[in-house]
Amino acid sequence: MQLASFDFQHNHFQLFGLAQSYQIDSAQLEQQYRALQALVHPDKSAHMPDAEQRVAMQRATLVNEAYQTLRSPLRRARYLLSLHGVDTQEETNTVMPLDFLMAQMEWREAVSEARQARDEAALAQLEARLQRETRELEAQLAVKIDAEKDYAAAAGSVRKLRFMEKLAEEIHAAYDAIDI
Amino acid sequence: MALLQISEPGLSTLPHQHRLAVGIDLGTTNSLVATVRNGISVVLNDENGRAMLPSVVRYLADGSVAVGEAAQAMQSEDAANTIVSVKRFMGRGLKDVGEISRLPYCFADVPSTGSGQDSGMLQLRTVAGVKSPVEVSAEILKVLRSRAEAALGGELVGAVITVPAYFDDAQRQATKDGARLAGLNVLRLLNEPTAAAIAYGLDNAAEGIYAVYDLGGGTFDISILRLSRGVFEVLAANGNSALGGDDFDQRIHCWLLEKNHLSALGPQDTRLLLTHARAAKEQLTEHAEARITAALSNGEVIDNVLTRDEFQSMSQNLVEHTLQPLRRALRDAKLGVADIKGVVMVGGATRMPQVQHAVEEFFGQTPLTNLDPDKVVALGAAIQANLLAGNRSGDEWLLLDVIPLSLGIETMGGLAEKIIPRNSTIPTARAQEFTTYKDGQTAMSIHVVQGERELVSDCRSLAKFELRGIPAMVAGAARIRVTFQVDADGLLNVSAREMGSGVEAAIAVKPSYGLSDGEITRMLQESTQHAQDDMHARALREQQTEAGQLLEAVQHALEQDGGLLDQAERTLIETQMGLLRDTLQLADHLAIKRAATALNDATVSFAQARMDKSVAHVLTGKKIAELGDK
Repeated sequence: MQLASFDFQHNHFQLFGLAQSYQIDSAQLEQQYRALQALVHPDKSAHMPDAEQRVAMQRATLVNEAYQTLRSPLRRARYLLSLHGVDTQEETNTVMPLDFLMAQMEWREAVSEARQARDEAALAQLEARLQRETRELEAQLAVKIDAEKDYAAAAGSVRKLRFMEKLAEEIHAAYDAIDI
Repeated sequence: MALLQISEPGLSTLPHQHRLAVGIDLGTTNSLVATVRNGISVVLNDENGRAMLPSVVRYLADGSVAVGEAAQAMQSEDAANTIVSVKRFMGRGLKDVGEISRLPYCFADVPSTGSGQDSGMLQLRTVAGVKSPVEVSAEILKVLRSRAEAALGGELVGAVITVPAYFDDAQRQATKDGARLAGLNVLRLLNEPTAAAIAYGLDNAAEGIYAVYDLGGGTFDISILRLSRGVFEVLAANGNSALGGDDFDQRIHCWLLEKNHLSALGPQDTRLLLTHARAAKEQLTEHAEARITAALSNGEVIDNVLTRDEFQSMSQNLVEHTLQPLRRALRDAKLGVADIKGVVMVGGATRMPQVQHAVEEFFGQTPLTNLDPDKVVALGAAIQANLLAGNRSGDEWLLLDVIPLSLGIETMGGLAEKIIPRNSTIPTARAQEFTTYKDGQTAMSIHVVQGERELVSDCRSLAKFELRGIPAMVAGAARIRVTFQVDADGLLNVSAREMGSGVEAAIAVKPSYGLSDGEITRMLQESTQHAQDDMHARALREQQTEAGQLLEAVQHALEQDGGLLDQAERTLIETQMGLLRDTLQLADHLAIKRAATALNDATVSFAQARMDKSVAHVLTGKKIAELGDK
């Protein structure tokens, strides 16, 4: 008798046995990730013929990619919207509410000032505030995607989140720059 | 407690006897080889009972090579031909090495292979000719390989070779090439701190977040790992691949020069003072002061007393240099000092009291010392080698490691665009699309770099890829998809395809610091010049054995899972099996290899189907088991 086989062509949610929604069971994600890697990781087939090793690398790469996508709220939202046929247009759509853009500029300035002044405490404060605002945006995103199914509005939130992510990267780089 | 449930019904290989595999710690100062015997990881000693092989290689005029203690004994007398700390040169150019004048070697001019500013991996001029660091390392590995084969009584199926976690692609590739030259089948390149974590974690059933602080002879690594239910997950790695115990020796060496108003010493005296400096450093671990007496070649005798306080103050900024990577690793892992459950110390240089104190102060806890910092890496590598060789050990565990440095490509204006960020779990891949900017353009060049800086010139040049055979089209019409794949060794592979036509673009690789396949072949031939027939006999035997194993494995797979194939697929595989069997009769190792590759290629989709079936089987089995628990 032939067993049903596991389909790695599944989308990332199916791969981890998760419902296709923005809010996910992160414990389930993690558990399934480990279970999958325990089976497909190249270390498991290092003693097997070339063909098996190649397949293992492809599968493990895919599982890592899928896991990283679902683990990050921003990447998860972007991916979920793409499954709904919505392009988040993060590179092309630069139309943003004016107050958001103003706030962004203020953030930028604050980070660069803290970096120039080598002020770690200021960076920590900015980081904490950024995290709070990011959480808020993520909460809005959950409502727009899961409850309201307003994917166009959700794409707008994703674009905002991408700005926040870039800010977080700048803060991270500022820490590294003043820590010599 | 049960670890991860890992039964692999579809993937079980043949029942087999114990396969001989070793873990090798190829260190800057000392190297070791270990294996798992009766379920326990042990270091293999030489015939004199010594575990550590000094990583010293001496080339003699008669073409012979001395490795280890014998070479070390001559390091001052014959300094120019006795290579110490060769690991610092692996995958490195002359400009990376710093003050060449302080080193007692004669460097050879290397023709430029890289991107103009780079001049390729440095080479050493010795009495036995020009040697690449790869060849020097291979001499050390050869000694460890014969030690292991003598101790285990057979040929090795493979070895896990450890590398500093912060080694870049060029340094990793150089290490792998060295192993290949030494006739070793590399099962995996394993990061040193990760190896230590495996040995420590399995031994102590550790759970939680651990930091591994690894200060070796020439390299510094910090890795943050989460150990949980049989999974070793590296969260972040950082380090400095040019900082280690050697630098502490250098500080004492400079102090000696200053104290005695010495300048411009010859290679012999330089090495002599460095040797004394190291002895003094080691003495200061146990004692408050160390006396250094040495007779220079001009008859001058130096006699100085170095106190621990003096040593600590002259080396203080070296210790501080290790703290910055530590903070960065914690930030990357989004963790604080309070999250760290234990700190594992690795590497002989962590014996220095000032290092112990600094680490203790940083983490607010006493580092773990219930393991031998010199041996723990080799022991962990052996455990990994045993698993990779397919010897089931009972407790199953899984290792998820990361790439330590971001990979990027050069874009307009000499900027580096990151394509794979640091601390990505490997294996990982990223595909990027490129297009042509001129009508009829059939080639393009991609420059791959590694590092965190924005400017290409501040990153490390890894390779230039020349894509050829792009179908001629108008500018912007060709879509070339380039895939950057980082494998489980942390090594980058690049492939390219034109999406419209499906043409596989040929890739010509110019490694900036590596060796080309041609150079490796030449070295292999040179090293076996006197035994040309031997080499063929060995290659033939190896290919025959491998082909035999491949045939058995495929036969076994067909019996187990043949139902997954349709008749055409099965016929194709059986045809390739027949062809491979036919070539086994010929004494032509290349023909056997070609047929084996063809059979492997023919079985890829079968291997996929088998893996998918087994994954389904285990995951379904697990769900049923979970339901049963409730």
